[in-house]
Amino acid sequence: MIEAKDIRYSYPNKVEALKGVSIKIEDGEFLAIMGQNGAGKSTLVKHFNGLLKPSQGKVLIDGVETTKSSVASLARNVGFVFQNPDHQLFSETVEEEIAFALKNFGFKPEVIEDRVTWALNLLSLTQYRKTSPFLLSGGERKRVALASVLAWDPSTLILDEPTIGQDHEQKERLRQFILQMQTQKKTVVTVTHDVEFVAECNPRVLLMKDGKIVADGEGKEILTNPALLELSSIVLPQIAQVFTKLESLGFPKDVIDIYEAKQIILKAKERQL
Amino acid sequence: MSVFDGLRFRKVSSPIHNLDPRIKFVYVIAVFVVAILFFQIIPLLLLFFMQLPFVLLARVQRQWLRSLRGAAFLAIFIFVVNVGTTYFTSGYHLIAPNIENAAAMTLRFVVLVESFSVFFLTTSPDHLGLALEESRVPYEFAFAFTTAVRFVPVLAEEAQTIMDAQKARGLELEKGGLLKRIRNYVPVLIPLIVSAIRRSLELAEAMESRAWGATKKRTNLYLLKLHKGDYALLAITVGILVISVYIRFFGPSIPTIISLL
Amino acid sequence: MAIIETKNLTYTYPGATKPSIVDVSIKVEKGEFVLITGPSGCGKTTLCRTFNGLVPHFYQGELKGEITVAGIDTLTHHTYEMAKHVGLVFQNPENQLFALSIEKDVAFGLENVGVSREEMRRKVDWALNQTGIYDIRERSPHEISGGQQQRVAIASVLAMEPEVIVLDEPTSFLDPLSAEKIFEVIYKLNKEQGITVILVEHRLDLTAKYTNHLIVMDEGKVRFEGDPRQILSNEETRLMGVGIPKATLLYQMLKKEGLNLPDKTPLSSEELADQLLEALK
Repeated sequence: MIEAKDIRYSYPNKVEALKGVSIKIEDGEFLAIMGQNGAGKSTLVKHFNGLLKPSQGKVLIDGVETTKSSVASLARNVGFVFQNPDHQLFSETVEEEIAFALKNFGFKPEVIEDRVTWALNLLSLTQYRKTSPFLLSGGERKRVALASVLAWDPSTLILDEPTIGQDHEQKERLRQFILQMQTQKKTVVTVTHDVEFVAECNPRVLLMKDGKIVADGEGKEILTNPALLELSSIVLPQIAQVFTKLESLGFPKDVIDIYEAKQIILKAKERQL
Repeated sequence: MSVFDGLRFRKVSSPIHNLDPRIKFVYVIAVFVVAILFFQIIPLLLLFFMQLPFVLLARVQRQWLRSLRGAAFLAIFIFVVNVGTTYFTSGYHLIAPNIENAAAMTLRFVVLVESFSVFFLTTSPDHLGLALEESRVPYEFAFAFTTAVRFVPVLAEEAQTIMDAQKARGLELEKGGLLKRIRNYVPVLIPLIVSAIRRSLELAEAMESRAWGATKKRTNLYLLKLHKGDYALLAITVGILVISVYIRFFGPSIPTIISLL
Repeated sequence: MAIIETKNLTYTYPGATKPSIVDVSIKVEKGEFVLITGPSGCGKTTLCRTFNGLVPHFYQGELKGEITVAGIDTLTHHTYEMAKHVGLVFQNPENQLFALSIEKDVAFGLENVGVSREEMRRKVDWALNQTGIYDIRERSPHEISGGQQQRVAIASVLAMEPEVIVLDEPTSFLDPLSAEKIFEVIYKLNKEQGITVILVEHRLDLTAKYTNHLIVMDEGKVRFEGDPRQILSNEETRLMGVGIPKATLLYQMLKKEGLNLPDKTPLSSEELADQLLEALK
């Protein structure tokens, strides 16, 4: 379980990025943290693996304060996939890249071999085992970065803006992948501003603005609340946009799922006839 | 990044900051020349104190003092070496004139450091870049300079991000002996270098797409104009140079402090 | 007359095993707002770079076929000549800005061409105003947001007064609100200044409504070209991996179930909402 108790954080240049944030994330939850650039989303998640330690307040991972552990030991359970895979890739082969963290964590060579094969398989990268990661396409490099984090099987996965630059197909695969992680009871936290992606997944949503949490609840409710969205400069998902304009017909406003939308409209037509 | 603090430009507005960088640079060179002309401590002391009004006018006292503090180590070293050599070569005599000479040499070094420090503290990179562009230096160099300055904060941030990303994979940068620590930086350096190369490629594409190389006769949006203050500084500079040269070659010999006492 | 015309354009990057674009023949009329889309790796980025000569001059390799942009054959002219007619805006805002102040960046292209200071000042101020960044013109590029940076990039290209502006996924790194603002700026330039716009994008939900000339590419080839309403209703397009706007998908689902919606496929939430209001009156 990840818990933040009224944490404050200021960067060395004196900018206060977190102004009293409290949150509890249970095991196996899927949470999307949204908000404008500069709202404090990335700053917050960097506290979950100890990269940042709060200036005030406490962050507890499974009951232990992060100030009492090193980043390496916290990372063992909290895997962080950064936005730009090129900030991680440095090895001669994909295989070595995936093995990097495993070596750092002290896994035995036989175990490393198995884990690498498993991770390659999971992300359809087996054919690139001996390829240099620098020769792969953007989407493939993103998968290598993801594989290198999954390899050590952390119980929590943090994804920082995973949908940037991805096409429709890739986003769909990512969504399926997150569902798969959920069936394995992993906690998934994603920082994103991709409203349509969040609408499709409908997770718990945390909305941030100016270093504070302004909303915490069901994706459906938050993403269709115009006051909240205006506050945090987020756009309504397209289906919700349609339904906002159909208010005069007595339709509910909190619709983000396309199938639900279809049912509501068809039922309304039936009632007319 | 404290090592860059002495060079970092502060966005303060003062008459010194607004002076033309080319004239300021001429002044610094003049100080350099005058410092070399004299061995005696009195003129060097004068030269040292002459900088102070500039420092105060520009309101950069604190940073200036910090740069002097940085130079202190080398200054002490120079002093000790000078005293030491004269001590040994003059037959183990520690006479006052020798100490005064050593102090003069040290002061010469300090004067050079302080004048360059004032220059960099009061000249923005933009101004410097502009000065380079308008001088005879080929445009490529001025461009390389301003682009480098522009990307320093970007690269610094990226280095931090890369370190974070690798720490999140279990990399421990503080542990191990010297050799291990150096090896530990490979996963940080390689992404940084690769990223720099990629960035250069993207920049080059953007430059080409905006007509880089279209003509050798490049024009400039800005124009560095000389104002009254610049001419005043130029006059002062020339004045100092002329007086110094006269005193050095044609004037009376300068007494040492010891002889005055 | 077509402002861009290509015939059987094929290009392979040096060292690549297969071509990035194959047999591409398209025609763009002056003043159009063209949208190019397709799954990652389909060749749209490469195609963009043929419009101002980066391909083949910057990237080397062999470009086969014919291409004419603003009446000029890009194969026999330098990129710096093309720059006066075609402006290219790239994906990453940070790596397009090199000067220490925004207005100096906007002036960069004009300085390269050797425009006089007075004329430069006029054009720079005009471009800054068109993109709504006149107030921040003296700031440094690192201090401003990604959305503002992209507007600077657009302004710096606009200052050259090109006939065509090509934008390669300009909003990839931006949040949806900033992205919308960028599209509004581009649309305004197209409508008010008559500048031909070629936009490469994945986010059709935000952009499909601006265009009447859609090009869908896959594996280097042009698969579909023409009316977006037709193309996006086509099942094949969806199966190719193109992200059809949700409003369009909902429309199709409802029409299939027999709802009395007009035959005009909606491309935005506004259009669909209007259609639904009519149908459910």
